[in-house]
Amino acid sequence: MIRKILCGAGALGTSLYAATAAFAQEAAATASAAATPAPEATASAAAVATTLIKAPTVEQMAGMVNKGDTAWMLVSSALVLMMSIPALALFYGGLVRTKNMLSVLMQVFMIVSIAALVWVGWGYSMAFTSTNSIAPAFVGGLDKAFLAGVTSGTYAATFSNNVYLPEFVFVVFQMTFACITPALIVGAFAERVKFWPLMLFMVLWLTIAYFPIAHMVWYWAGPDFLPDAPTDYGYLWGKGALDFAGGTVVHINAGIAGLVGCLMVGKRVGFGKEATPPHSLTMTMIGASLLWVGWFGFNAGSNLEANGVTAVAFINTFVATAAAALSWAVVEQIHHKKPSMLGAVTGAVAGLVAITPASGFATPMTSIYLGLLVSPICYFFVSYVKNKLKYDDTLDVFGVHCIGGIVGAIATGVVADPALGGQGYFDYTQFPAGVGAYDMGAQVITQIKAVLLTLVWSGTVSAVLFYVIDKIFGLRPAEDAEREGLDLSEHGERAYNY
Amino acid sequence: MPAMGPVAKQGQGMKFIIAIIKPFKLDEVREALSAIGVAGMTVSEVKGFGRQKGQTEIYRGAEYSTNMLPKVKIEIATSDALAAQVVEVIQQTASTEAIGDGKIFVLDLASATRIRTGEAGDTAL
Repeated sequence: MIRKILCGAGALGTSLYAATAAFAQEAAATASAAATPAPEATASAAAVATTLIKAPTVEQMAGMVNKGDTAWMLVSSALVLMMSIPALALFYGGLVRTKNMLSVLMQVFMIVSIAALVWVGWGYSMAFTSTNSIAPAFVGGLDKAFLAGVTSGTYAATFSNNVYLPEFVFVVFQMTFACITPALIVGAFAERVKFWPLMLFMVLWLTIAYFPIAHMVWYWAGPDFLPDAPTDYGYLWGKGALDFAGGTVVHINAGIAGLVGCLMVGKRVGFGKEATPPHSLTMTMIGASLLWVGWFGFNAGSNLEANGVTAVAFINTFVATAAAALSWAVVEQIHHKKPSMLGAVTGAVAGLVAITPASGFATPMTSIYLGLLVSPICYFFVSYVKNKLKYDDTLDVFGVHCIGGIVGAIATGVVADPALGGQGYFDYTQFPAGVGAYDMGAQVITQIKAVLLTLVWSGTVSAVLFYVIDKIFGLRPAEDAEREGLDLSEHGERAYNY
Repeated sequence: MPAMGPVAKQGQGMKFIIAIIKPFKLDEVREALSAIGVAGMTVSEVKGFGRQKGQTEIYRGAEYSTNMLPKVKIEIATSDALAAQVVEVIQQTASTEAIGDGKIFVLDLASATRIRTGEAGDTAL
């Protein structure tokens, strides 16, 4: 059985490798076809270049805001909020037993609410500033705590020279990421954790794990300011780690926290002996479908503009997911002779996770390969590894988000290569920004380093926080309360009254 | 307080029949029982097993062997005279000659009372 899976994975991998050569040739052909109109493009680019403004003032930035970009980013923010509520809430909720449904819905809903307040409190400042910080490469300061200085007349940089967003738009968009990342974690120890201690954990985890990692991977001075301040960036950004929409910041981060959590909280009462099948795969499917739709905001919105690269991220998010869903269904057909609905949606989510860091860098075809590749790998972890090591990662936060995120993060180093049609590496120390030379081997190593740093940082912080909170407040409910169901014992209500 | 039904005398007592059948046989059984004069019954959806094995369900690698299969339980209170006929009709109608067809149990019924009128005994059935 396992040999079949490994053979299948090997076959997929070999075909990926073989096909990339074919696609590289296609990409080269398209590039030379595109080269013909280049002289016109460079002429107009040169004309534009002379009017680009380096280090613009706030008044100048006001004239660099595009209504299409702003509208798209606000819509994206709403889509990402929808990914938390109700998508993630229903996806997770349908997978637990009836007696614990509300506890999952409540945890996700309240994490979103609390995280939003923490974000506008000190989160945004810690993640996206670098002034007055004890260690500016690792975390920001508190200059923008409680959104001090952020008004309808201040602006946030995008990835293009002289293109800006109203700062509130950027705050709101990133806020939705800070809301969903901690909510992902709860799946790992669903059905066995007390509500308020969990909320306390989330506030501390956001502060000590999420904001610094977001800062390290995503903070930088912006394309118009970096040339004059060439070290004003987060540690991993400076190393050249590529993470378009949050493979490391969101999925690996939450995934490893989930694994640490499920190991430290311990297994559910009756785990391995009592049957705990999902109470409503209908809800899970609804949740997964809303996740897919919302993820267009998550990935394509991470381009911060409404342009061609946004469209690339959008279509990659579409086809990688489709391929991953199909891939999981095929693996199940081979392994169990029956493809399941739960498998299909899990595959889709794994594909979404994997394409997240690569979404703006890959091509649709390389995205499909990534989708086909990630499902067997995640399948291996959620069925074989989890059963062998017998840890109770209830909703497969580690197996899908952490492993899928690692696959995606490393694959980003491969698919971003212009030789495979990828978007390549931009040298933002120049003004205007130009395309830098791409070294796939070095990039993959950088990606691996970013993955390892995230695993160690988040894993360690999570372990310490779980330990301390458990000692002071206790994380697990009493056995009776757990048996009765968290809905009644923690929240005093039933999900279903019939 | 309604009177207890008469003590069961030979041939004048009542029986309580419990039948576990496959769910799709319910309509057929109901019609056949109507035809022999059974006026009412209580039907519930139950789960159970005998020699019929369940399926293995798999949720993301976690296997569950469900021994429990969905069945329908019919409960009928009837007079002694009709009891044997009821059992025969149920057995003939509900049978598919496959394992899992079900079972019929007959219990002695001490009393039966119609709530609306307070009548007891045979007339309450």
